[in-house]
Amino acid sequence: MPIEVDGKTFETDEEGYLANLNDWVPGVADVMSKEDDLELTDEHWDIINFLREYYEEYQIAPAVRVLTKAVGKRMGKDKGNSKYLYGLFPYGPGKQACRYAGLPKPTGCV
Amino acid sequence: MAKYNFKIPALNEYPVVPELEEDTMAHMETFRAKPEFQEALGFKGELGENWKEDCIEVIGELLGKYRSLQVYLDSCVKCGACTDKCHYYLGTKDPKNMPVARQDLMRKVYRRYFTFAGKYFPKLVGATDLTTEILDDWYNYYHQCSQCRRCSVFCPYGIDTAEISMAAREIMDRIGLGDKYSNEIISKVFKIGNNLGLPEPALADTLEGLEEDMQDDFGVDVKYPLDKKGADILLVTPSADFFAEPHVDGLIGYGKVFHEAGVSWTLSSKASEAANFGMFIGSYENMRKISLRIREAAIELGVKRIIFGECGHAWRVAYSFLNTLAGPFDFLDPDYPVPQHILEFTWDEIQKGTLNIDPSENDHMTLTYHDSCNVARATRMGDKPGGQFEIPRNVIKAVCNNFYDMAPETIRGTTFCCGGGGGLLTDDLMEVRVKGALPRMEALKNVIEEHGVTNMAAICAICKSQFTKVLPFYGMDMDMIVSVHQLVSNAIILTGQKTDDDDDD
Repeated sequence: MPIEVDGKTFETDEEGYLANLNDWVPGVADVMSKEDDLELTDEHWDIINFLREYYEEYQIAPAVRVLTKAVGKRMGKDKGNSKYLYGLFPYGPGKQACRYAGLPKPTGCV
Repeated sequence: MAKYNFKIPALNEYPVVPELEEDTMAHMETFRAKPEFQEALGFKGELGENWKEDCIEVIGELLGKYRSLQVYLDSCVKCGACTDKCHYYLGTKDPKNMPVARQDLMRKVYRRYFTFAGKYFPKLVGATDLTTEILDDWYNYYHQCSQCRRCSVFCPYGIDTAEISMAAREIMDRIGLGDKYSNEIISKVFKIGNNLGLPEPALADTLEGLEEDMQDDFGVDVKYPLDKKGADILLVTPSADFFAEPHVDGLIGYGKVFHEAGVSWTLSSKASEAANFGMFIGSYENMRKISLRIREAAIELGVKRIIFGECGHAWRVAYSFLNTLAGPFDFLDPDYPVPQHILEFTWDEIQKGTLNIDPSENDHMTLTYHDSCNVARATRMGDKPGGQFEIPRNVIKAVCNNFYDMAPETIRGTTFCCGGGGGLLTDDLMEVRVKGALPRMEALKNVIEEHGVTNMAAICAICKSQFTKVLPFYGMDMDMIVSVHQLVSNAIILTGQKTDDDDDD
């Protein structure tokens, strides 16, 4: 199902992840989150931006522990845990946030 | 969870055998693998015009190759002992999820094309032509079997539905109809080295992070080495242990145990995955290719022992098949089992007294233990029968003061699957995963109410991820599920560990 962002069409796979990861623009996250009835705040964007930076360096989403540690460092220790991340992304930070950030879906036994 | 549009089954106090409701799960079709992933595994890209002929040819080939398959297809007497033993039937009410009916999907085609009676008097023996509808049923219902083998325990003839479901998936793969989840993952193993697609630099970064945490939290130099040549032990663990929670807490535990035991060990970026989805799709060739990475890594690193981390089906492949798939392992130290399970190692160390353990560190929890199907019914641990049941419990009891088992018919050899095994751990099968978890959720709820159980421990990456996902559907917390080595990790007092008093200084 392709999605429309600012009049431009983006291909996605069966599970709603961007087909071409280089296509990503911030509007992709806005449109996808609207479909999930989720309003993106600055806190969401901090996570999305971190995911993209990490992906650029390592070609994979960060492990949950790597992510929570980075969040803890940037935004305070009380936020460096998965409860906080699930609060922001109820379908799971790994999968939902990765989708908004234009990253591929983490696969395997996760 | 508004996204999922299905009814969550109610939890009963006692297991209830549901009345049949036909086709409740006929819509459940997992995503198909794209041609590029099919071809990466050596399969046909997509169904061809002659798919029926292809299919019958592959069935014939498998019947010749696997004597067991023919025995299983021939010997069922329809006694019905298996019917109410499958968690997917109990949770979905769909008669095609009864093990005998699942087998019959293939049996009726087998009879039509491979037996005298079926060729000439098909109606008399329930034989049917292979049609598109039957192939659809195969695809949908052979992907609603987690190959847990609970039904085979109750079958008086020992028919193993898992083998039939594996054969069905191999046949479908070969004719160009594979499932996306398993096949995309296997192609990642070939390309990058693990199910996740976690490249070496990311793995190294993740492990360094763990070492930093050990320094920060305990002031101890616990190492998580990668590709260390000349180490004694190669640890092969599911890549979920690097990535997900509570898996990583188990990995932290393995490292602490090795550190305190004073052994040298390493992970490998080449064999950075214990899982072997080749088994789920019944493909000997893919299973072998995946296994060979472990052999190559062991030789390149010059290790003396191979130990497997907490992964259910990986332990089946390792314990039962590794030697024939990737052996002989005559270059390893013959004084140790080849391969060894991390729980065997930890239990030995606990018995030797090398670990300083304070079980009261786990006093905030009351534990129960979920036997993973592949470990329970297809492997062993230690040198005594039933070691695969006793050793995990022994370790838990050594590191926790509060432990209660779930109802006897739901554990050990008759354990219920978590609902996500066998290559079904994908979001597009969430309905079958949630419904299939019903029997386990009922047993868990009972020990919560009777004994105040707060957490359930498991030794399989799939079980851990599956429970994390499905527990909330049944009104329970996702973090109820813990790794066994997470409990070990909590209880170990590291040598030279800083205390709270040190922090105050």
